[in-house]
Amino acid sequence: MIADNVMGKFKMNTKGFFGVVMSLILAFLAAPAQAAGKSDAQLDAEAVAVIKRDFRDKGIAKVDRLNQDEVQAQCTKYLDKPPRKIRDRLQAEQQKAIKWPSDGKYMGDWKAGEKLAQSGKGMTWSDKPEDPAGGNCYNCHQLSIKEIAYGTIGPSLMHFGRFRGTSEESMRYAYGFIYNAKAYNLCANMPRFGHMGILSEAQIKDLVALLLDPESPVNKD
Amino acid sequence: MNTIIIKNTILLFAFGAFSIAAMADDKSGPAKAAEDIAKYREMISDGNPAEFDEMRGEELWKKPGGPNNVSLEKCDLGKGAGVVKGVYAELPRYFPDTQRVQDLESRLLTCMTTLQGIPEKDITAKPFGSDNYQPAIESLVAYVVGQSKGIQMNVSLKHPKEKEAYEIGKRVFVYRAGPYDFACSTCHSQDDLRIRMQDLPNFNNKKSAQSAYVSWPAYRVSQGLFRSFQWRINDCLRQQRFPEPKYASDVTIALTMFMAKSANGAAYAGPGLKR
Repeated sequence: MIADNVMGKFKMNTKGFFGVVMSLILAFLAAPAQAAGKSDAQLDAEAVAVIKRDFRDKGIAKVDRLNQDEVQAQCTKYLDKPPRKIRDRLQAEQQKAIKWPSDGKYMGDWKAGEKLAQSGKGMTWSDKPEDPAGGNCYNCHQLSIKEIAYGTIGPSLMHFGRFRGTSEESMRYAYGFIYNAKAYNLCANMPRFGHMGILSEAQIKDLVALLLDPESPVNKD
Repeated sequence: MNTIIIKNTILLFAFGAFSIAAMADDKSGPAKAAEDIAKYREMISDGNPAEFDEMRGEELWKKPGGPNNVSLEKCDLGKGAGVVKGVYAELPRYFPDTQRVQDLESRLLTCMTTLQGIPEKDITAKPFGSDNYQPAIESLVAYVVGQSKGIQMNVSLKHPKEKEAYEIGKRVFVYRAGPYDFACSTCHSQDDLRIRMQDLPNFNNKKSAQSAYVSWPAYRVSQGLFRSFQWRINDCLRQQRFPEPKYASDVTIALTMFMAKSANGAAYAGPGLKR
């Protein structure tokens, strides 16, 4: 009788029992991914807590720089590959926040642009508040054929203007991309030079000229 | 001291000559420059100025010092009191007495404060060298890492706290923030990238991570100084446009743990020699 009852109960609960076994197996499989029995979410929270605790202000670089905006937070969370819905929404928001030139002109002086592109200065704790930031362009991009000391984190922009031309659309794209690369490619490596206040409107125009002016060393070998 | 200055001068001249040769050569370009730097490194590989720092560090290790006037020979860097041979190849690790995962510099800090009685802020206020200043802790680093030369990196994640430090380091590595939106991974998660002419290691690639990690700490020819791993992380974060990481703090140790673990299996080759 007892055995029958047990069997009956067991039969009735086969599904439940199977579920328990499955979750035990899953928990076991997931265990190596955890440290000290901590879940991924706990570790995520702890990493942020450690970051917030273990830095200090130095020069112009204050600890509030560690507070992420939503773009930074989502790109961190999804390792630079956010789901499409999030990506599209944030890109549209960034796009909307671009401050276009008030005079409707996009191109400045390519000579000033080349100087700016060469400078890797700006925004570090060893930079003085009065020191202007550079464009940091050659740190990551090939531009003028004459400059062989270029970085490779970004694509080569040599002859960029030869392909793009100087149409309104082309100039607007270049201006917008330098102003806020994340409005075009949410988790791009490239900083948001206008959005973050690194470069002024006039400086971005000079960089647009460096890229697109047919007389600039980027286009004229 | 004079020998160091003379040696630095010779090295800088040699380096300059190579740069000029690289520019004058018609086989110019980044590949050629990298090749020249490799050649130059090989040429002076049997005479790394870091040896002077190692010698000074050994002296500082054995000489009684601090308010307690004791040497560091009772310091436990992970393989028992006084053992320096091979310890760096197993750091960072968990230490039961402090109940913390510690890297070499954090552990030296523990020994200098607890054994020698030196106030912690006296060491952490200026832990990195400059033109006319060379902190003891940096020379001690040179000595200790030199005693792991040729020994295989073998960092353990057995202790839950070690595993936790690694997991946190992995997360800090991809944390994007600051005015430039940079994370460590922005520059260090793809093969064969450069900033200007400087090659960047990829910490997602075992081989690249190994060769980068085992060549630090290192003597920096352009600065004429021996540089510790805490300095390396500090200067990376400066260029990342972050605020300053506190010396030997958990965030720096977690990052070190993440990188050190990626280097397991490679023979430690430091102190290295950098441009």
